[in-house]
Amino acid sequence: MNQKFDAIVVGAGPAGCACGLTLAKAGLETLIVERGKFAGAKNMWGGAFYGPALYELFTDFWEEAPVERYITRHKYSLLTEKASLSVDFTSKKFCHPPYNGFSVLRSQFDRWFASKAEQAGAVVAAGLEAEDLLWEGNTVAGIKAGGDELPTNVVVACDGVNSILAEKAGLRGKISPRDIKQGVKEVIQLPRQVIEQRFNLHGEEGIAWEFLGSISRGIPGGAFIYTNKESLSVGIVVQLDKLAEKEVSANELLDDFKRHPEVENLLAEGQLVEYSAHLVPVGGKSMMPTLYADGMLVAGDAAGFTLATGLVLEGANFAMASGKAAAETVIRAKKTGDFSEQSLAHYPVLLEQSFVMKDLETFKRAPRLLENPRFYHQYPELACELAEKIFTNNGITRKKIWKVLRESQKGKISLWQMIRDLLRIKRAV
Amino acid sequence: MKPKSIENKLAVNKYDIDKERHIRIKEDICQTCKEHPCTYACPADCFKSREGKITFSYEGCLECGSCRIVCDKDAIEWALPRAGLGICYQYG
Repeated sequence: MNQKFDAIVVGAGPAGCACGLTLAKAGLETLIVERGKFAGAKNMWGGAFYGPALYELFTDFWEEAPVERYITRHKYSLLTEKASLSVDFTSKKFCHPPYNGFSVLRSQFDRWFASKAEQAGAVVAAGLEAEDLLWEGNTVAGIKAGGDELPTNVVVACDGVNSILAEKAGLRGKISPRDIKQGVKEVIQLPRQVIEQRFNLHGEEGIAWEFLGSISRGIPGGAFIYTNKESLSVGIVVQLDKLAEKEVSANELLDDFKRHPEVENLLAEGQLVEYSAHLVPVGGKSMMPTLYADGMLVAGDAAGFTLATGLVLEGANFAMASGKAAAETVIRAKKTGDFSEQSLAHYPVLLEQSFVMKDLETFKRAPRLLENPRFYHQYPELACELAEKIFTNNGITRKKIWKVLRESQKGKISLWQMIRDLLRIKRAV
Repeated sequence: MKPKSIENKLAVNKYDIDKERHIRIKEDICQTCKEHPCTYACPADCFKSREGKITFSYEGCLECGSCRIVCDKDAIEWALPRAGLGICYQYG
């Protein structure tokens, strides 16, 4: 590879593919390097994807992208060790194009996305790792990969949550484990009809089911089940620094979750086909690195672009939108031939105009709110206890609901504390 | 479905194991640590505490980066397996 590329994108995940595709479409000579054997080989996510950023790149993407099922049912459950209280929403509106969400497996999805960038004219080099940056004075001038020096005008680091390049460029310091959630997931194979019967689904419909409560032993986080065509994605996402504090691993928590009475039967006779883990940067604006330097931009998880509000945890949209914004910045810089820091400062301006920065700003207090252990312990317990008391029929004179609530809440959490938490929720999300 | 041991879980994954280990422990620093958060943070149970000493097996590593983030003593020399090697997700 002796040719000098206009841009080198590092990482063929959602950020890198969106960036490379946009650059190639504009006619720029683009190289995407991916350290995995193929795009997606190193990547995992929960598996439910809501695609506004992808609609922008491909209208009708579900016609060609390897989506598993359309998410038509959303379910949220509060769990205690023996009980479960759920909200279950389904709408026929979600069953028709443009749909609302999809269950997706990354290994296939990223490969498809990278092939689209390739079709647009980008060169995708899988099995090649960007080991280091190439410098010309204080300017990033390319990458070192596979023993070669590859010069370029701009390096776009889309190398994920552990971004080695952002660190090497001095754009980011050490990450706090408080700002990180660890996700572990099992893909469990089951026959199609069994999945559809167990989850009450028809045809291509799918469910996204989130769980909160005793399963995380007070650690901020939750569990999920998403239905694929012929498998389930079953996982748990927990705040990294609390695992050592509670002396438990996410793998053990996942095993507990799978044994929960609400869950166990749903997985019966299933066969484990993959066990995976990945980190999610959830610190929001507070953990954002410097986003640009002379000859370099940072996008996707590498920039900490993930939105966690308690009800949503999404990164892929933010990755794609930031990858696209990075590409647009490079396309603009190419016109003037100026790839300096001043010229690339257009990148945060574009991000400010998009949902990326707007949403992160709106929910900037959410990361700290979600550290509140009461959401994962006392409140689910209170809700389940309340339901149990209301539904218990044992011949004892019934009390008014408010009185039952007051009795259940005593010793768990004060009314004053509840009001304060409610105000915090109102402020943050 | 009965939960499998971590070894049996990792056994279903596809790996192209590098001959060189990509993660090393700086033993002198590691020995000064009492909490060993790495033993809980590693989702693949690669860090094991034996008589207060940490041993690490890199073969089952899922390359998530948890260990280097939780190790506040910087006792882990962290890198990724060489290009194309290590975990190779078939589902993801």
